[in-house]
Amino acid sequence: MINSSLKQLSQMLAKKEVSSVEMTQTFLNRIQQYNPTINAYIALDETKTFAQAKAADARIASGNAESLTGIPFAQKDIFCAKGWQTTCGSKMLANFIAPYDAHVISQFDMAGAVNLGKTNMDEFAMGSSNETSYFGGVKNPWDFDRVPGGSSGGSAAAVAARLCAAATGTDTGGSIRQPASLCGFTGLKPTYGLVSRYGMIAFASSLDQAGPMAKSAEDCAMMLNVMAGFDERDSTSLNHPKEDYTRGLASLQAAQPLKGLKIGLPKEYFADGLDANVGAVVQAAINEYKKLGAETVEISLPNTELSIPVYYVLAPAEASSNLSRYDGVRYGHRAAEYTDLMDMYCKSRAEGFGAEVKRRILIGTYVLSAGYYDAYYLKAQQIRRLIADDFTQAFKKCDIIMGPTAPSTAFKAGEKADDPVAMYLQDVYTIATNLAGLPGMSIPAGFSNGLPVGLQLMGNYFDEARMLDVAHAYQQVTDWHMRMPEELK
Amino acid sequence: MEWEVVIGLETHTQLKTKTKIFSGASTAFGAEPNTQACEVSIALPGVLPVLNKQAMECAIKFGLAINAEIAPRSVFARKNYFYPDLPKGYQISQYELPVVGKGAVTIQVPAVGKNAAYEKVINITRAHLEEDAGKSVHGAVEGMSGIDLNRAGTPLLEIVTEPDMRSAAEAVAYAKKLHELVQWIDICDGNMQEGSFRCDVNVSVRPKGTDKLGTRREIKNLNSFKFMQQAIEYETRWQIETLEDGGTIHQATVLFNPDTGETRAMRSKEEANDYRYFPDPDLLPLEVTAADKVRVQATMPELPEAMKARFEVDYGLSGYDAATLTASRGVADYFVAVVNVGADAKPAANWVLGAVSAKLNSEEKTIANTPVNPAQLAQLLKRIQDNTISNNAAKQVFEAMWAGEVDVDAIIEKLGLKQVSDSGAIEAIIDEVLAANQAMVEEFKAGKEKAFNALVGQAMKASKGKANPAQVNEILKKKLAS
Repeated sequence: MINSSLKQLSQMLAKKEVSSVEMTQTFLNRIQQYNPTINAYIALDETKTFAQAKAADARIASGNAESLTGIPFAQKDIFCAKGWQTTCGSKMLANFIAPYDAHVISQFDMAGAVNLGKTNMDEFAMGSSNETSYFGGVKNPWDFDRVPGGSSGGSAAAVAARLCAAATGTDTGGSIRQPASLCGFTGLKPTYGLVSRYGMIAFASSLDQAGPMAKSAEDCAMMLNVMAGFDERDSTSLNHPKEDYTRGLASLQAAQPLKGLKIGLPKEYFADGLDANVGAVVQAAINEYKKLGAETVEISLPNTELSIPVYYVLAPAEASSNLSRYDGVRYGHRAAEYTDLMDMYCKSRAEGFGAEVKRRILIGTYVLSAGYYDAYYLKAQQIRRLIADDFTQAFKKCDIIMGPTAPSTAFKAGEKADDPVAMYLQDVYTIATNLAGLPGMSIPAGFSNGLPVGLQLMGNYFDEARMLDVAHAYQQVTDWHMRMPEELK
Repeated sequence: MEWEVVIGLETHTQLKTKTKIFSGASTAFGAEPNTQACEVSIALPGVLPVLNKQAMECAIKFGLAINAEIAPRSVFARKNYFYPDLPKGYQISQYELPVVGKGAVTIQVPAVGKNAAYEKVINITRAHLEEDAGKSVHGAVEGMSGIDLNRAGTPLLEIVTEPDMRSAAEAVAYAKKLHELVQWIDICDGNMQEGSFRCDVNVSVRPKGTDKLGTRREIKNLNSFKFMQQAIEYETRWQIETLEDGGTIHQATVLFNPDTGETRAMRSKEEANDYRYFPDPDLLPLEVTAADKVRVQATMPELPEAMKARFEVDYGLSGYDAATLTASRGVADYFVAVVNVGADAKPAANWVLGAVSAKLNSEEKTIANTPVNPAQLAQLLKRIQDNTISNNAAKQVFEAMWAGEVDVDAIIEKLGLKQVSDSGAIEAIIDEVLAANQAMVEEFKAGKEKAFNALVGQAMKASKGKANPAQVNEILKKKLAS
C-alpha cells in the first residue's frame, strides 16, 4: 500500500479493499516507527486525523467520494490549519494554534483528504537543508547522515520514507524542487498565483507558491487539481480557468509519445558548479527523452548568474517586512521579562527567531533603508525583469526547458551550516523560475553514489499540464520515481 | 521685520465604507474592543489584504470633486515601523504613486476686523488611500496597556495641500471647506469627535517678501476648528519670537494642548523612523479605468460651485446668499426642499439663512437636527405671503414650531396671530385712535412726520398687533389727508 499511487489508493478505497481509517493507521504506524529518527513531522494529532478518516469513510459509503477522499496527506507546517499547532518551524510560533484554515488546507478538506500531521521545515522556509528548524533537522531517508534539502524538508522525507501518501510544500526559491531532487520524488512548483497563498505563512510574498510533493507526476496532477483555483482572498491569485491536470496523461501510450517536443537546454545550467556525476545522470535522462521522440535545442539564459544575488535582495526585503508582525504583542513568543516596550520587542524577537531568519531580516532591512533602496531593491527589481525576459526569449525556441534541479546530491548535515553562501548556491538552478513566476518541476532521474538525482523541468506560464505530461511520459519508461530506501521497506 | 506664515494641511479623512479597506470586518464606531477585528485586522500569520472597491470609489469621487487627475495606475506601499497598535508592523499606504493627483478647492475666507471677506484657491498636491491603525488603551487593566484593533484597517483618504495658506483664518476656512466637501460627496461622515476627520498642520514662517520656505513644524491630530485656529496662532507667534530672539527652528512634530493653548514638540526629525517604503507584494497596482470614472461620476451629486451658480440663475439669489446656502449640503438640500413645496425662493433663502441658521448656531445643532421641517417652513412662508400673519407674528409661530408644535395654522389660531385685513375693521380702529389722539394729529398737520409713525403704533397697539401694517399705513394716510 505504501508504494501505491494516489489513483491506486483511491481505487482501493472505492472498492472497499481498505478503509480510510485502516489506510491512515498504516501510515501512522510507519510514522510511529520512523519519525522519532527522521523527524519529518512537527505536529501529530491522531484524534483529528482519525475524525477525518472516519468522515471520509462515511463519504465513500454514501457514494460522494472525490479522487482524494480518504487518502492521508502530510501538510507542510507553513499552512494554517484550524485547531492545529502551526509553527512555520520557528520558536516564535511554537505555541501558536491556528484559528483558521489556509486555502490549501480547506481545499484538501473539501476533497475529503485526511491530514496526517504538520511537517518539519526550515524556519519560516528560510533554508535549503531543514537545519534552521527550531524543531531540529530532518534526516534524508536515503542516508540518515545527510540532509533532505529544504525548506520543505519534512514533507520531502515523509514522501521519500513513505510516511504519507503524498505531501504539500511551498517553494520560494526551490523549496519543493531541491528537496524532491535530494530525496528522489516528484515535486511541482506551479505558476505564481495558481495556488492561493491565503493562510500560507509568508516568507517572500512575490515568490512564495505552494505545490504538490508526491511519488509521481500523475499523483502531482491529481493533487494540483485540488490545490489550484482562483481565491478572492488572495489578490495575487490568478483568475485562470479550472483545468484537469490529468487530462493528457492517458494518451501518452505511443512508442514516441513526445514526438515534436522541443526541449531547451540552457548552457548556463551545465557549466561550472555542477557536480559531474549529477550532470551525467541528467544527461542520461535527456537522452531517454530523445528516445521518446523529443528533440533538444541549446538555449541561453544569460542572466542566470544574477538570480542568486537578486533573490537575496528581494526575498529578504519582503521577509523583513512580512516578519514584523511577530512582535510578541498579540500571539507567538513573548519574552518572560522586559523593562519597556522596546525591550519587549527586542527580547521577544531575539529569542523567538533563529540565526538564519535574523540574518535575512537584517539584509532585508538594510536593502530597503533610505539611501540604499535604489542601489539594491530597485536595481534587483530591474534585473528580475531581465531574468523573466530571458525565459520569454527562450520559450520562442523551445516548449520546455530541462536541466539539473540542484548542483549536487544530498550533502551531509552540518556541512554547509556555517557557510550561508554555499547553502544559497543550492538553489542556483531553481531560483530563476520563482523570480520569473514560472512553473518548475523536479523528477527522479537516477542515482549518484546511491543518492537520488533530480531532473528539472521548467515550463511557460500555465504550462503545468504539459509539464506533467512530459514527466509522466518519462515515468512510464523509467522507475526511478518508484524507488525507496531498502531499510525503510 | 514683517513676517509671513506659510501653512499646508494633511487631512486624514475616514471613508464611509461598511467594511475595512483590506478585509470584511465592520468599520462601525464604538463597538466593544476587538469585536471588529477579524484575522486580517489582527494580522494573524498567513492572512492577506484584499482591496475594498468601495474605498477606491470614494477616492475617485474625491478626485472628481476637486477636478484632479485620477491615476490610471497607483501603487500600495508598505510603511514599516513597530508600534503595538500597528498589527502587521507596517501600514499599507500609497507612497510614490497616489490614486489622486493635483487638484484644487476654492475657499471663502470670512471678513475679520477691517479685512473684507475674499475667495482663494488652495491647491491639492495629492490624496492617497491608506489603512488606519488600532488604538492603545491605557489603564483598562492595572499596570498594563491594552490594544483595541477595531479601528485597525479602517479606510482613510489622506489629502495633502500645497503650502498655499497664509493665515490661521485661511487654514481654518480650507479645513471647513474640505470638511463640508467630503460630506457633500458622501465619502466621510465628518464626525471630528470620533476622529473621522483629523488634520495635521505644517507651519513655517519667513520674512515677508521672501520666497524661500522656513523650516516647518507639524502640528499633529487637530480635531476641532477652534483648536486649529488657536494652535496655528500660537505656533506662528512662537516661531516668530524664536527667530527674533536669534534662535532657529528645528523640524519637528508638535502636539497642541487645548488646556494651555500651547504647542509642544513630540519628537524631532533626527529621531524619525526610516519607514523603508516598498511596493506591497500582496496587492496588485490599483487600476482605475475610464469606465470606473464614468460609473462613479454617475453617482456624484451636483457640486457646491455648480449649485451656487444654478441658485443665482434659477432663483435670482445674490451671489452671497447662493454661496452661503451651498456652503453645506444639508442647508442647500433643506432650502431646495422648502422651495419645492411651493415657497418663493427669496423669502425662503432669507428665512433659512436668518431665523433657521441663527437657531441652529445658538443651539449648536446641524440642519439634520432641525425640529422645523421644510414643509412646515414653507407653510409658514405661505401664511406670510397671503397676509394671514405679519413677519413679526411669523417669528412667534417659528419659535412655537422649534419648541415642538407642528401645525402652522393651529399655532396661528392658538396664539391668535391672524392679521386683520378687513379694511372696515381697520378704519374703525383708526377712527378711534384719531379721536383719542387729537394732539398728535395736530402735530402731524404742523409738519412733524414722526407723529405719523406714533399714530401707526397706536393703531397697531389698539389692534393688538393683528392689523395688517400696510393697510394701517394706507388708511391712516388717507384719513389724515382728508
